[in-house]
Amino acid sequence: MTSTTTSPATASPTSGTSDVARRRVPGPVPFGRLVGVEVRKTGDTRSSRWILLALGLLAAGACAVVLGFMPSETWTYGTFLDQISYPLALGIPMLAVLSVAGEWGQRSALTTFTLVPRRGRVVAAKAAVAAGYVVVTMALAFGLAALCTLVAGAAAGDDAASVLWDVPVGQQLRLVLFMAVAMAVGFTLAVVLRHTAAAMVGYLLIALVLPNLSSLLASVQDWYRDAAPWVEITSAQYNLLGPDAPTGEQWAQLGTTVLLWIVLPLTLGVRRLLRVEIR
Amino acid sequence: MITIDALTKRYGDFAAVDDVSFTARPGRVTGFLGPNGAGKSTTLRVLTGLATPTSGTATVLGHRFADLPDPGHEVGVLLDASAQHGGRTGRETLVLAQRTMGLPPTRVDDMLDLVGLTRAEAARRVRDYSLGMRQRLGIATALLGDPQVLVLDEPANGLDPAGIRWMRDLLRTFADDGGTVLLSSHLLAEIEAIADDIVVIGGGRIVASGASEELLSGTGTLVRADDAAVLAAALTDAGHQATRTDDVVLTDAALTDAGHVAFRAGIPVTELRAADGAGLEEMFLELTATTQRDATGAAPAPTGAAA
Repeated sequence: MTSTTTSPATASPTSGTSDVARRRVPGPVPFGRLVGVEVRKTGDTRSSRWILLALGLLAAGACAVVLGFMPSETWTYGTFLDQISYPLALGIPMLAVLSVAGEWGQRSALTTFTLVPRRGRVVAAKAAVAAGYVVVTMALAFGLAALCTLVAGAAAGDDAASVLWDVPVGQQLRLVLFMAVAMAVGFTLAVVLRHTAAAMVGYLLIALVLPNLSSLLASVQDWYRDAAPWVEITSAQYNLLGPDAPTGEQWAQLGTTVLLWIVLPLTLGVRRLLRVEIR
Repeated sequence: MITIDALTKRYGDFAAVDDVSFTARPGRVTGFLGPNGAGKSTTLRVLTGLATPTSGTATVLGHRFADLPDPGHEVGVLLDASAQHGGRTGRETLVLAQRTMGLPPTRVDDMLDLVGLTRAEAARRVRDYSLGMRQRLGIATALLGDPQVLVLDEPANGLDPAGIRWMRDLLRTFADDGGTVLLSSHLLAEIEAIADDIVVIGGGRIVASGASEELLSGTGTLVRADDAAVLAAALTDAGHQATRTDDVVLTDAALTDAGHVAFRAGIPVTELRAADGAGLEEMFLELTATTQRDATGAAPAPTGAAA
């Protein structure tokens, strides 16, 4: 009887070996299984269901607003797509935020990472799901816009038919890229901040406030005026939209801003996430 | 089998876990006892790969937890029953774990039955669960993959007496079937009731470990004296083992021998009696008092030889 004992209670060698011999080693968790679980997680909580529902309602509402309140000359596929895309651009990054930051806010990270201790695989699964959501959401958006265009065409009569389908494929692909960048910004913020509300506010600041701040700064500071397009991501992202493809310089600007706002912070954030203590 | 070897976890200058070593063996329930803030949870977080150690190792079934390919099948973990997504239903929480581990869906209902959560309760959101229900759900998650090892941090928190009894029986059966159970608690009575082996931690250091019967029934003598340090030294010089915790010395010397040693050393004794298992309780109380008084949680300076 002592309170100084530091010698470990040693197991008899036999019990140790039988324990190990009995061990049936399972194979590693397949990546596809992790992706499946992460997909399920994006739709199984009240908050994620609200976001999905809100996105659907906003997209359908956007069509209804065009049909109900805008003049019939504007009823084109492009108009519908624009109106549907605007709420999506603000909304779908929230799915990435909830998927990543929600693990910390709700502390489910404890279970997630004890079931899958190789955290990088969970992060990769979440990234794959986020990318999948961009593709699926945009496919639905194109479908909805097309449906609305058909409805509008029927309502407006034959005379407008020639201008209804006014968005070339390249422009639609750039819209998908636009959404992917938006999703990536949300994902990055969630990885770096690991806090749902902070990441959501951060995203809205970058998407809505940053461009104005940047142009304000550019108007008063000469040194920043030339640099602004190379460092401010939202404007660079908007160059993807519209009928004209971005110029080579605009593509390069998108590259530098993505490097600055996504690649760099995401790399540092993931490295930190892999090591941080989960409480 | 869980092996913690010379594990240290520092936060800046503060050592939350300081050179901790112990083993939890198959077929036995190992109780990890210590006051709040003693380093129990930190040790368990390092063990389960949620925190990285500053030095030392922690292995489960001979492997670092992070190296287990699909740990849910080998180690059931419940570190914090309140750390579950409040927006999910209890059933959904289990379904996610079941899918991650690639188990048949029927396993979810089996576990709900095992931990005594009804279908109606499982359909409710975890946010609306009592702590006791969360503990049951957490246990269900831990047992889902039919593991050989269980790691549970304060699993009795929030359970009513019947629930605590249920938990004890469950862990007893698990260990009797050859499983390894490591559970922590800050309540001595709880550990006494269930553990086969006890590891006591205070201020980040292991202060006692061994089989429960040994630690609890502890033969020997308890001597209380103002000059306890001198008394402990005198007992050691006389060839006895002696351990001091503040003004209490526990020794393997017989009552009369201890009295004689104290008399010869000229130390007034304020209490002299058979230890009768008081040792662990005394030590634990002192440990708790120390950490409550002293935020740095310095371990009581032990003297004397190891068991």
